[in-house]
Amino acid sequence: MLRSRGRLLAYSAILVAAVALSACGSKTGENKSGAGVTADTAGDTVKVGLLNSLSGTMAISEVTVRDSIKLAIEEINASGGVLGKKLDPISEDGASDWPTFAEKASKLIKEDRVAAVFGCWTSASRKAVKPVFEANKALLFYPVQYEGLEQSPYIFYTGATTNQQIIPGLDYLKSQGKKTIYLVGSDYVFPRTANKEIKAYAAANGMTVLGEDYAPLGSTEFGTIVNKVKAAKADAVFNTLNGDSNVAFFKEYKSAGLTAAAMPVVSVSIAEEEVKSIGTQYLAGQLTAWNYYQTTPGDANAKFVKAYKAKYGADKPTSDPMEAAYVSVYLWKAMVEKAGSFDVEKVKAASDGITFDAPEGKVTVDGATQHIYKTARIGKIGDDGLITEVWNSGSPVKPDPYLKGYPWAAGLS
Amino acid sequence: MSVLTGLGRPSRLRTGLGFAGGALLLFAVAPAVLDDFRLNLLAKYLCLAMVAVGIGLAWGRGGLLTLGQGVFFGLGGYAMAMHLKLADAGPGQMPDFMQLYGQLDELPWWWKPFENPAFALAATVLLPMAVAFVLGWVVFRRRVRGAYFAILSQALAAAMVIFLVGQQGTTGGTNGLTDIQGFFGYDLADPVNKETVYFVVAACLLVLLAIVRQLMQSRYGELLVAVRDAEERVRFLGYDPAKVKLTAYVVAAGMAGLAGALFVPAVGIISPALIGVVPSIEFVIGVAVGGRATLLGPIAGAVAVAWAKTALSERFPGTWTYLQGALFVVVVAFLPGGLATIFAWLRGRRATPRVSTVVDGPAARPVEEGVPS
Amino acid sequence: MTLVASQFITGISIGAVLLLIALGLALTFGQMNVINMAHGEFIMAGAYTTFVLQKVFSDAGVSLLVALPAAFVVAGLMGVLLEILLIRRLYARPLDTLLVTWGVSLMLQQLARDVFGAPNVQTRAPDLLTGNVHLWTGSDGVELTIASNRLFILGLVLVCLVALTLVLRLTPLGRRIRAVVQNRDLAAVSGVPTARVDRLTFFLGSGLAGVAGVALTLLGPIGPTMGTNVIIDAFLVVVVGGIGQLKGSVIVAFTLGVLQSGVEYATTLSVAKVIVFVAIVAFLQLRPQGLFTVRTRSLA
Repeated sequence: MLRSRGRLLAYSAILVAAVALSACGSKTGENKSGAGVTADTAGDTVKVGLLNSLSGTMAISEVTVRDSIKLAIEEINASGGVLGKKLDPISEDGASDWPTFAEKASKLIKEDRVAAVFGCWTSASRKAVKPVFEANKALLFYPVQYEGLEQSPYIFYTGATTNQQIIPGLDYLKSQGKKTIYLVGSDYVFPRTANKEIKAYAAANGMTVLGEDYAPLGSTEFGTIVNKVKAAKADAVFNTLNGDSNVAFFKEYKSAGLTAAAMPVVSVSIAEEEVKSIGTQYLAGQLTAWNYYQTTPGDANAKFVKAYKAKYGADKPTSDPMEAAYVSVYLWKAMVEKAGSFDVEKVKAASDGITFDAPEGKVTVDGATQHIYKTARIGKIGDDGLITEVWNSGSPVKPDPYLKGYPWAAGLS
Repeated sequence: MSVLTGLGRPSRLRTGLGFAGGALLLFAVAPAVLDDFRLNLLAKYLCLAMVAVGIGLAWGRGGLLTLGQGVFFGLGGYAMAMHLKLADAGPGQMPDFMQLYGQLDELPWWWKPFENPAFALAATVLLPMAVAFVLGWVVFRRRVRGAYFAILSQALAAAMVIFLVGQQGTTGGTNGLTDIQGFFGYDLADPVNKETVYFVVAACLLVLLAIVRQLMQSRYGELLVAVRDAEERVRFLGYDPAKVKLTAYVVAAGMAGLAGALFVPAVGIISPALIGVVPSIEFVIGVAVGGRATLLGPIAGAVAVAWAKTALSERFPGTWTYLQGALFVVVVAFLPGGLATIFAWLRGRRATPRVSTVVDGPAARPVEEGVPS
Repeated sequence: MTLVASQFITGISIGAVLLLIALGLALTFGQMNVINMAHGEFIMAGAYTTFVLQKVFSDAGVSLLVALPAAFVVAGLMGVLLEILLIRRLYARPLDTLLVTWGVSLMLQQLARDVFGAPNVQTRAPDLLTGNVHLWTGSDGVELTIASNRLFILGLVLVCLVALTLVLRLTPLGRRIRAVVQNRDLAAVSGVPTARVDRLTFFLGSGLAGVAGVALTLLGPIGPTMGTNVIIDAFLVVVVGGIGQLKGSVIVAFTLGVLQSGVEYATTLSVAKVIVFVAIVAFLQLRPQGLFTVRTRSLA
């Protein structure tokens, strides 16, 4: 026993010595030697990365985003590619698991040497890949509305930030004379941060928040939360639930006898795709806040909807995140062409002021925040499963991820 | 006695050679053939292998199907990540996410000790061990075992995830603790330091392996197998099976904690997604695939399963879950000894079943002695 | 006061859902000791059966009524197939059934994704089941109601429970199942065809999962991962209730439902889940083998 313990110690000592000898990297704060990986642009094609959850709980939403990114890439290739090079999409499965997103992001950047990556859905997946993109100086285009309070130099945010979606939603409620609201959300970053902003808004605008409830992601038991909502008798409900939970919430909401007429629900995560899976039986008349609907007028949208349905099936709806993802590919193309190079720093430098006639209307890239100007649109869900606009902001709203233009938001960030 | 340990008993020389060969493979061959990205992935796999070594001890030898190792992995990982986040933020500062989501004026009291690197390092191993001790003591003493224990440990993982997610302001919620820049003063963005992290991981794995080998060959190792195969008889012989099981459970928890702690610098993130029910089952699956009752099987299995997951999902992003599922089914159902059985066959040995037919102990049968209460 | 009552009703209805999911498990896990992680995917199969039948029968009410027996058969046959192909080989290694069936559940989820698409699908509920039933109006003017879909599920679970009890108590099959559970070897030497009994038990248990799936379409999402969300709670119900007994599961399901909804009302759902878990660990301190146990003299 004694002898073997001695041997154990000897092994350990050797190992520790080996480790000590090999440790000679740079300290934190020293000049960073990692200059980032350059994209492989030597051949006739340029690789771009698609990073979406194709399995796991988030696949229900992210697969359609991947589909619309692929559509944009095909269209671009059909019309000659970018700077004369065809795009070669490399699709990776984030598997609804944030560390996997980080792993796949580094694989796309380091192994495939892609020129840009499109994808991610949840804030958690974005937070997980953010350091990877920053350390390698690579580009991510993030297509989903989110909670704001972020501005990474290597991420372009093509979905709405709070002042392009949530605040217009609240403005609309206020204009309808709603004085009291109830907040229901999934238990993660986006709803908690959004609700913090909503409470600050309410305090400054004479509205009262009667209650605030969170359900774990994926939770499908809403009996108690709906009981609380019903008892509170609010004028409206602001809903930041994500994914599956929405289905259970709205089924429970209707069963409890609550109606869109008496207590409308404004949702920020329910688009056409979700309406299709919940059913208009439960949703008709409820409100949503987005920047794009399948019914948004304009030639660009007619073309997008037609192309999408032709490729993926006539019964497949188009939605805001899908549109934002589709637009992100075109925006990247425009940036690359303006820069005349795939080089990340040059592309970033060229980004300011890029415009595109998107399905949602004209969008413009704000180089300072790397977000885009978007028109806010409030919609009402109809019996046919489509959402029709009841109000819009008139012109594209300037992105303000840190809400610096709103005095009531001073304490938030 | 060698029948019970199921290992045969390799000579000292062979063991020494084996260790030297392993060390050579991990320290010389792997860094030479793998690029930065793949080497970093290997570091991640080796962290998972450390958890597997512990599970091999507790489940393969002790018959305790722990479906909650993610909890201990998470405790170790969070302890390490908390320290690194505080170190990144600088003295007296709060981590970035707390300012963003927590709206806290000062650091919560339970974060404060983690500013001290020695405390944090100790906590990565001792905290999981302490939790395992309390839970194990409570559970084994009352003779909760077999399927009861498995499902209870699974529920523990589920409850832990829900708890962490609910405390967003102080734990980072679903995001977990991300964006870790430095590791005890070394910049993690530098590939040289990433490589060093790999070496640390590999070294720790070898040390854990040596510890488990000692345990397996000791008198305690014999007792553990005996408890697995016939708990009542061991009790009649005057031993306390609860203590025997508790030791294995606590050691396995400590190993998972260390693995979690090293996972943080290797991957740069710890989040509830890594400690819930699914990853906890995946840990166990790796062990089953490799060969639960052998010394090297769990390591080989964990690395193989993690590698297969990466490789399959890169090659077939749309359909890889079929292949993953099929792998588990085929190996567990038809190769109960895991891949280790194949190696045994290849070596021309008679395939001695490593897994006794009563792996799960008495609770395997619905028939159960009446419980005094 | 009405609020407390209404929260109690919510708790009972949560319990009913839990019990419906757990009933099948009480058979396959409780009676046969098979830890079937694919049970959740059998629930999913039941829900998708409803979805498919709704394409055939346009009327929501008719399709729901047809779906109940259809889902029972579909999920039951899936269970039998699983039993024949895999589980049969694993009766000696009950814990391994957990790992194998987990692999199966991964494959079934991906299959659902490929057949029905990754997004959730919708079914229409009959209009009768989307409203609520008024019970009484409290003195404070608060109305006490129960959602009609939950009332339906409560009824359904009672029907299933009674049917299952009758099958186990009164039929030859039930007698054989009980015999095999209490002493497999003795049953075998007495001429009970244990392999066939196992298969039929598995058919019943899996079929009940299908029925639960139909019921869940009234409450929640219908998608590839719907089963994984509910499966762990259901296992806990059977574990705490005591293996080999139905009455334990019944009591525990309703107790957990009321406990969870009560704690959730006062705090949040996250806290409620954690407290329920702690309560379960504490309870197992008192009764390590669950609420009710089958007493035998076996030591093996």
